[in-house]
Amino acid sequence: MKTKHSSKPSLRFDEHTLLHELKHFLPAQAPLKDFVHHNTLHAFQNQKFYDGIRSASKIFGYKVSLSLEEYRTLFSKDQINVDILEHAIAKRKGSTNIVEWKAKALYGKYDESISPRIGQLRSNWKKKYYIDLDLLVHPLLFRILCSYLDQGISIWSFPDSKKGFLSSMREIEQNTFSSFFKNERAKKLLLEDSCTIEDLLTIVVEDKSLFNQYIFDQQFAHQGWSGMVSAVENLPQTLIDQKKITLKELIIFELLLEIDALDTKFGENWTSLKHRLDSNPIELFGEIPETELSQLLNIWQDAFEWTYYDQVLAGIKASCSDGRPAPRGGAKNIFSAIKPTKSEFDKTPPLGAEGASFQALFCIDDRECSIRRYLEKFDDSCKTYGTAGFFGVEFFYKPVHANSSTKQCPAPVTPKYLIKEEIENSKAKTNNDIHFGRHSQSLFTGWFIAQTLGFWSAFRLLLNIFRPSENAAAVSSFKHMDTNSKLTIENKNLDDINEGLQVGFTVEEMALRVGNLLNSIGLVKDFASIVYVVGHGASSVNNTHYAGYDCGACSGRPGSVNARVISFMANHADVREILRTQGINIPASTQFVGALHDTTRDEIAFYDKEILTDENKQKHIKTEALFVKALDYNAKERSRRFESIDTKESPNAIHKRIRIRAVSLFEPRPELNHASNALCIVGRREMSEKLFLDRRSFMNSFDYQVDPEGKFLVNILNAVAPVCGGINLEYYFSRVDNHKLGAGSKLPHNVMGLFGVANGIDGDLRPGLPSQMIEVHDPIRLMVIVEHFSDIVLAAIKKSDQTYEWFLNEWIHLVVVNPVTKELSYFKDGGFTVYEPLQKTLKSVHDIEDLVESHQENFPVYLIN
Amino acid sequence: MTPILQIFIIIPLLGLAISLLIGDKNETAISKTAFFTVGLTLFCVVSFVGYWLFNDHPVLNLKEIVLFKSKEYEFLVDLCFDKITVVYLLVGAFLTFLVTIYSRYYLHREHGYKRFFNTILFFYLGYNITILSGNFETLFIGWEILGICSFLLIAFYRDRYLPVKNAIKVFSVYRIGDVGLILAMWASHHLWHENITFLKLSNAELVHEHLASHSYTGVFISLMILLAAAAKSAQLPFSSWLPRAMEGPTPSSAIFYGSLSVHLGVFLLLRTYPFWEYQLSVRILIVLLGLCTAIIASLIARVQSSVKSQIAYASVAQIGIIFIEVALGFEKFALFHFAGNAFLRTYQLLVSPSVVSYKIREQFYNFVPRQHAIEDSLPKKIEYSIYLLSLKEWNLDSFMNYILWKPLKNIGRKLDFLTVNRLLLLFIPAYLLGLVFLFMNENSSEQPHEYLPGAFALIGLLMILKSFSERKSPLMSWLLLIMNHFWIALAISFNERFELTEVIFYLSGVIISGIVGYLGILKLKSYEKNINLNQFHGHSFEHPKLALVFLLACLGLAGFPITPTFIGLDLVFSHIHENQVILAYATASSYILAGISLIRLYSRLFLGPHIKTYHETAYKSS
Repeated sequence: MKTKHSSKPSLRFDEHTLLHELKHFLPAQAPLKDFVHHNTLHAFQNQKFYDGIRSASKIFGYKVSLSLEEYRTLFSKDQINVDILEHAIAKRKGSTNIVEWKAKALYGKYDESISPRIGQLRSNWKKKYYIDLDLLVHPLLFRILCSYLDQGISIWSFPDSKKGFLSSMREIEQNTFSSFFKNERAKKLLLEDSCTIEDLLTIVVEDKSLFNQYIFDQQFAHQGWSGMVSAVENLPQTLIDQKKITLKELIIFELLLEIDALDTKFGENWTSLKHRLDSNPIELFGEIPETELSQLLNIWQDAFEWTYYDQVLAGIKASCSDGRPAPRGGAKNIFSAIKPTKSEFDKTPPLGAEGASFQALFCIDDRECSIRRYLEKFDDSCKTYGTAGFFGVEFFYKPVHANSSTKQCPAPVTPKYLIKEEIENSKAKTNNDIHFGRHSQSLFTGWFIAQTLGFWSAFRLLLNIFRPSENAAAVSSFKHMDTNSKLTIENKNLDDINEGLQVGFTVEEMALRVGNLLNSIGLVKDFASIVYVVGHGASSVNNTHYAGYDCGACSGRPGSVNARVISFMANHADVREILRTQGINIPASTQFVGALHDTTRDEIAFYDKEILTDENKQKHIKTEALFVKALDYNAKERSRRFESIDTKESPNAIHKRIRIRAVSLFEPRPELNHASNALCIVGRREMSEKLFLDRRSFMNSFDYQVDPEGKFLVNILNAVAPVCGGINLEYYFSRVDNHKLGAGSKLPHNVMGLFGVANGIDGDLRPGLPSQMIEVHDPIRLMVIVEHFSDIVLAAIKKSDQTYEWFLNEWIHLVVVNPVTKELSYFKDGGFTVYEPLQKTLKSVHDIEDLVESHQENFPVYLIN
Repeated sequence: MTPILQIFIIIPLLGLAISLLIGDKNETAISKTAFFTVGLTLFCVVSFVGYWLFNDHPVLNLKEIVLFKSKEYEFLVDLCFDKITVVYLLVGAFLTFLVTIYSRYYLHREHGYKRFFNTILFFYLGYNITILSGNFETLFIGWEILGICSFLLIAFYRDRYLPVKNAIKVFSVYRIGDVGLILAMWASHHLWHENITFLKLSNAELVHEHLASHSYTGVFISLMILLAAAAKSAQLPFSSWLPRAMEGPTPSSAIFYGSLSVHLGVFLLLRTYPFWEYQLSVRILIVLLGLCTAIIASLIARVQSSVKSQIAYASVAQIGIIFIEVALGFEKFALFHFAGNAFLRTYQLLVSPSVVSYKIREQFYNFVPRQHAIEDSLPKKIEYSIYLLSLKEWNLDSFMNYILWKPLKNIGRKLDFLTVNRLLLLFIPAYLLGLVFLFMNENSSEQPHEYLPGAFALIGLLMILKSFSERKSPLMSWLLLIMNHFWIALAISFNERFELTEVIFYLSGVIISGIVGYLGILKLKSYEKNINLNQFHGHSFEHPKLALVFLLACLGLAGFPITPTFIGLDLVFSHIHENQVILAYATASSYILAGISLIRLYSRLFLGPHIKTYHETAYKSS
């Protein structure tokens, strides 16, 4: 490991470094409302993927890959290809050892049990002192933390002095007849302002060289809570009702509770942990050598991944050179190594006489994969594009009557702009479902409510089960913004500042963003008369992880506002004027229309239709019908994974059932979200148009001819790596160890303080994804396929160290498709090697409807003809 | 129309039997079986109630099924049907029906789909037996089924630590309630000299006449009933089990702990109301208990920051009020309140995950920092004290630990010197000696011996305590549990006319399940070398079938109504004399603790996080 860890034994104890490191390793998941996917093992990203996960497994006890048995089952089901397995062995072990290692892989017997280093030191409490500290400390600690951080479940909330966690605890302890503790010592230590982690550890452990390891053990015994405290400490504004708390305070309080528990059992005169140790525990972050088993698992994982990648790459190769007219611009250069210049690109004739019937921009999201395919199928003159779903406009959005605003761009970005929703004479939005209200929990009102409303509940439940419909408990993406509202998009006065944010964008700022967006997706000419910008969101009910279903590029919110904002900007005459000077000529007849696709219900809403010219209105009516048809078929394709729906029914009938599903209380899987994601294609649509990718690919449109130097590519890849890579790895790890890295089954989840879920009432918080979200996911890493020249791509990923780390350390795979020669090169250890797919031919499929009806499992890659 | 009552039990029983036979991958068949079973029962209930109302709603009593009969003792299943039954039957059928449909989709692909529906049907069977019961014996059958179903549903996620731990905790509290019920049964045997039906209890004159001469016995019975009711309905001091029971899938929590199971204490009070109606002290006590519970539980509910525990305590507070209503004689009002509370809490629990999006949205528009609570107007010191106490659940959970488990474990620890060999060496001769005494006794006098039965029963109890605290050998623990029954049989044999046939009847179930369980442990030992009782092993992961067999053996040994031992146990109590209080307590305690010890044994061996870590295993904190 490159970095030095303070948990190496040392005679000095450095609290600051310890806390810093601890926070680095703790789960980084934000409260539920701000749920954003991220790499669960981000702390190990400074190592190569396989080294990182091996370390994580040994240190923290995570299961980090499928088991041998699972791989072998996949192999027997042909989901791992024998040639590729041999290939993977040859690559690591040399081609002479294939037979031996294949035998090991298929029949070898290994002890797969994991005995982590974490917790070893603290386990001595149980072994030597016969005391279960966790059992004694955790319930009260969790309850206090939950009450302190609570966002509005409790009726009588924590008497918070606003001065921080420990001060509040002190204040209560001072002013009570009761106490947090059972003995005087801990109480006294709390009330003395000055006690530090070091002081307390001296009492408990004594030996300084063990301090770091002790704290790691202690905090990782409840990593959910510690992670939440750390997340709130880093970003207090993530809670609406902000709370001051630090990890340090948590540790101090926990140590006090431990001292108290020990005092209760042994009186004040127990000997510290140091004296009862037989031997010093193994160093947490010490060397972790490879084992034969870990190597085998890596080989299997490689084989599993490449079985799929190989099909995809074969498909890309085939669809690039299947003899049909090559994509625009590339045709004449197919055998020349000279890169085409931008001016050459400009001269290429437009597609057909009238150009495209319409163009539609979608989010990069894998869930938009199939809807684009259907649109193109039913109208082969339309063009679809993919880009990050905030469409390049970053801002905070404040709905009418809201008293705070919400971020509408990728989580790491902090926007300077505010977009306000305005509706004339609107009434404040109020929720009034008494079932969630506090009255039913009080003694007297509860008495009244039970006798009256109780019977209404029975009726509601009956209705909900037999005729599920929209209700107060449901989350609907369409409610995020009112269709008839006005948005304050244009800023005409720079002094218009609200909450420290500039209200709206100036014309220049707008032009910059529109220009960047259009350039990055390669839509700079041949504009159709209507360009749709389609954001996406999701609807669900009884779903604590609802934020994870919305658009990740909009910080877990629906993308409707962004779609409307960018459309307004692109329609703005002054903006178009500026763009014209940059060579992007949007004809006056072209109009941009914002829309929202609800991925759960498969419904679409269009915004600001009234601005359309009469001619465009006519066109839009036709297109809207086309969208409806495409959505029906999309619903049908999705339904194949749902047990409760018969995929053989007509698209329309299935669509009705899909809509009901979204509002059914008893449906734990309103949609499958990103499950099965595996690819990210960055390039022109032509590259993947003819491939059936089974909704497994993120797709970002990009035209290397528009961006020969890779300027825009940098931004695309800077977003793709953390966003798509984060989604992919969160699914990966939640799938391979749903108990420790995922949230387990969501069925018993209990909502804690509105910011997290736990099992039962005194369990640890459960970050990660519930099993219902990941069960159909195949845990393979993301492969990013970029269409450009490899030197340009290399330069682009090297622009940012963070992005480069993702690729260099193989947490994401990268393959570059040479746009001219169609050669595939695989990125490894900082350089490219040519990749020739082992599979030469792909099966083709004509009727996707038949295919979809055939079975529930993942499909291989097909060529569509 | 009386015989029709049986179908409300027969249909769920058949449904359960069918659902046990279906393969565990066949979700559709499993859920359809549950759907039709409960649906059909609901239909029958509604039609029958309609017919019954139309025919002047008489109180029905079906006294028919005699399960055991000897010269002066008969064990009979008796069914009773009146307006209390009607309300409970309707609410139960309606909610169970909705929850089976709900769970059909909700549990899709969950491991244990079949287990879940089996347990729900078993629960429903137990519920119907309880509420249709016409005497204590029948009620007790249902009561026991509910207890074990509770355990199974709370520990539904058996590969995690907390569900298993909490399941044992809840089961233990239920068993304490069972002591009450058993002793109430015992005392009422002596009060009435028969297995009194609830119908007869409502004969005020008869009750009055009997109680006049035995007022202490009367109060004793009432108190024991109250103990059983309070434990089942999570009244003080037992309240803390209810939120801890919320470990299973949300629908099961909703139906069990939100609505049906938790209101059965109320049912017991309503059922026995005619009996204690004229005992003013008991009525005052119930009112006070209800009042304290209502106040304290609602204080605790106010500070809860997790949604399910909040609903649980709010529900407990309402049940406290229902207790008051029952004690004041407002029967109809209490029934109405029960139905409303059951529906409300079921729905609230089912939609509880929605609370996040609902409240976050509400705050987004109307956030007001730190709402003023009524308590804020109290003096600071009092306010903080009450807050802190409520946060710590008024120490109810630690209180139960302190008065119950600590002493038991301590006594057991004192017996640590016992090993299997010493045990055999010490107690087999002692037992033989006891037998010799017995024969001598038989020859000498007709009078029951004064001390010996009590002493032998206490030795039996010691066996159980040792088994309960055993940390090493499961075999040892098991042997002790078997021996306990023999000691009890010996103790009772000193009392008159406990015939050999009755002894055999009592011990038959013990012997069979004892052998099965013994073999089960040996088998497990042959698979897994080291099985101690120091931790949970989670062996059901690899040996689910063995786990099931062993569970059945445990139930058999615990006197669960699947073997004749269950009836034998009632028989045993009928032989304990009114003045043999020690014997009665020792026997009842053995019975209760044996149940807990068995469940602990089963859980330690087969439940909890699997000790082998070659697959995904859960954190201990989950």
